[in-house]
Amino acid sequence: MMNRREFLHVLAVAAASGFALDHKNAFASSAAAASSMYELPKYGNVSLLHFTDCHAQLLPIYFREPDVNLGVGAAVGKVPHLVGENLLKAFGMRPNTPEAYAFTYLNFEKAARTYGKVGGFSHLTSLIKMVKAQRPGALVLDGGDTWQGSLTSLETNGQDMVDACKLLGVNVMTGHWEFTYGADRVKHVVDNDFKGKVDFVAQNIKTNDFGDQVFEPYVIKEMNGVPVAIIGQAFPYTPIANPRHMVPDWTFGIQDDNLQKMVDEVRGKGAQVVVVLSHNGMDVDLKMASRVTGVDAILGGHTHDGVPQPVQVKNAKGVTLVTNAGSNSKFLGVLDFDVKNGKVAGFKYRLLPVFSNLLPADKEMDALISKIRAPFESKLNEKLAVTEDVLYRRGNFNGTFDQVILDALMDVKGADMAFSPGFRWGTSMLPGETITMERLMDQTAITYPQTTLTEMTGERVKEIMEDVCDNLFNEDPYYQQGGDMVRVGGLQYTCNPNAKIGKRISNMMLNGKPMDAHKTYKVAGWAPVGEGVQGEPVWDVVATYLRDKKVIKPVKLNEPGLIGMKGNPGMA
Amino acid sequence: MNQLRRSFLKTTGTTGAIAVAVAAGLLKPTEVLAASWNKNAFEAKSLADAYKGLGVAAPADSKDIAIKAPDIAENGAVVPVEVSSKVAGTSSIVILVEKNANPLIAQFDLANGAEPFVSTRIKMGQTSMVRCMVVAGGKSFSASKEVKVTIGGCGG
Repeated sequence: MMNRREFLHVLAVAAASGFALDHKNAFASSAAAASSMYELPKYGNVSLLHFTDCHAQLLPIYFREPDVNLGVGAAVGKVPHLVGENLLKAFGMRPNTPEAYAFTYLNFEKAARTYGKVGGFSHLTSLIKMVKAQRPGALVLDGGDTWQGSLTSLETNGQDMVDACKLLGVNVMTGHWEFTYGADRVKHVVDNDFKGKVDFVAQNIKTNDFGDQVFEPYVIKEMNGVPVAIIGQAFPYTPIANPRHMVPDWTFGIQDDNLQKMVDEVRGKGAQVVVVLSHNGMDVDLKMASRVTGVDAILGGHTHDGVPQPVQVKNAKGVTLVTNAGSNSKFLGVLDFDVKNGKVAGFKYRLLPVFSNLLPADKEMDALISKIRAPFESKLNEKLAVTEDVLYRRGNFNGTFDQVILDALMDVKGADMAFSPGFRWGTSMLPGETITMERLMDQTAITYPQTTLTEMTGERVKEIMEDVCDNLFNEDPYYQQGGDMVRVGGLQYTCNPNAKIGKRISNMMLNGKPMDAHKTYKVAGWAPVGEGVQGEPVWDVVATYLRDKKVIKPVKLNEPGLIGMKGNPGMA
Repeated sequence: MNQLRRSFLKTTGTTGAIAVAVAAGLLKPTEVLAASWNKNAFEAKSLADAYKGLGVAAPADSKDIAIKAPDIAENGAVVPVEVSSKVAGTSSIVILVEKNANPLIAQFDLANGAEPFVSTRIKMGQTSMVRCMVVAGGKSFSASKEVKVTIGGCGG
């Protein structure tokens, strides 16, 4: 294994040789600047290394952070609802730096060409090895959404990621999209592949009939003689946001009263550090931290927020740190605790961006990834079209890649309008790149990919949009599901996030005419949560469209007009 | 998970036969509960009429009633609800769903110092306040919690 000195040497050589670095920018200015990115002196005696929502991205990719991530109610202008310069300012970061590229959308195309791709399991492995070298016994925690999001994960039922995570040395995991492979598949992996290696924990999954625990609620591990409890919190709204028929016998929910019970139980068993490995989403975690006591940190995911420093939440008995570690294996969170006299006396946290040009690829992981991809190479590399625009998904209302999907659905299906789910995963692309089947699958690889063409009244269309909008903008975080607004093609509208359900969506226009509540429209969509829905997989529909177009011109993004959001720091 | 208990109940499925018959609509609740069926209350179409049928005025808010129900229902057809009361002398627990066509869902009469705790599954047509009323010493108290019923999809 490479030690730290050797690693820094690699960085120095890389920088000196101009290794994939632009000559005009900060990366190239000195090896020291590059190495300071990963300068992480040992602190304390308990260390947790956390990644989350990698969405099965094994190779380095581009990922553009959002320019719209609005907070409502008490969350206006608060972390994580800061974008662009507002986020830089809040965390004392400078524009036009590698950090600004990692944490914001600012100058995305130029920064991406300068600093290169992010993430990748080989590079993440090297970073983990380096950080662990100074922190023997540090635990690696995976927040879930690991087995879904790529062609190879879908083709292998998540086996590629199961194997990669074992090699990576994951100690503890919780889940969300994992469950879309079905209850039996998750149980099989936990009882076989993970047995004795990875602890899959979830305090909030129980059987529908007797309320029995499905997985272990927590695990207690020892590090440097300190007992550390990790309690699992799976995505509470899995059977609502994803097909319920895939986990028919299980019930989820936030269950913060049961969480409190678990915290008290592990404290009773002697745990000196208690952390919750959560897939709630950051707003839910922040509320939960204010209600549940005795938790040192909630290491969160789901909402894909790259948050540089934890939010310190006060509650009745102390303070709980709340983090969120981004997505797509773009970041590694390092939380060091100094535990003295049986309790946490101090902490340090860094959310390290995984720059694939600055971190060497781990050879063993690289070999595994090549082996995983080999049977699918021709499919992965099938060329569909070339893009002239930056393609991305993330943002509250729409993204350019979603717009391409919407345009494809309307075009191929002959629909008046189209809906595409507000997923937050999906990689980004730069102008001039070729959209391969792999990149298309990054946006669409799910186990319920059917496309549909449905006749709906204008009233029903509004109902659906109001319903989804409330999942995003309900001012009580416990009613938020953590996805973005349903993407809408063909229909213009106005949205007032501060209003109540039923009153947010207005001014709905189709081809320059107001939508008629009683008229029937043809609406295309995909990802039905109902059982037994038939339809061509969305990737086939979009691939047909892309092959036909050959070139994707600059995309005209259909975004709603907004009411009451002027000056909101969650918007550029 | 207690797999043994589950298999045991599956093979001795007759235990729940009456409940199943009710759920399947084979038996109307009226036939089961004919003796004490409060038609006016159960068929009332508004919260106010349901209270009238039950013979209570609008109940006072109480913090001694705990309702455990999901924030968002996983399945509107079977929403788990638990109610417990610390109100001294609780003799009856009533569950109402404000926006259901017939708001009164259930009335549990407790006798001989039975523990004031009920756990059941209710059906909800749409997002609504779930209101739980407790009767004690001739007075009525209530607490409520909103349960959201959503169309689902589009998550994360």
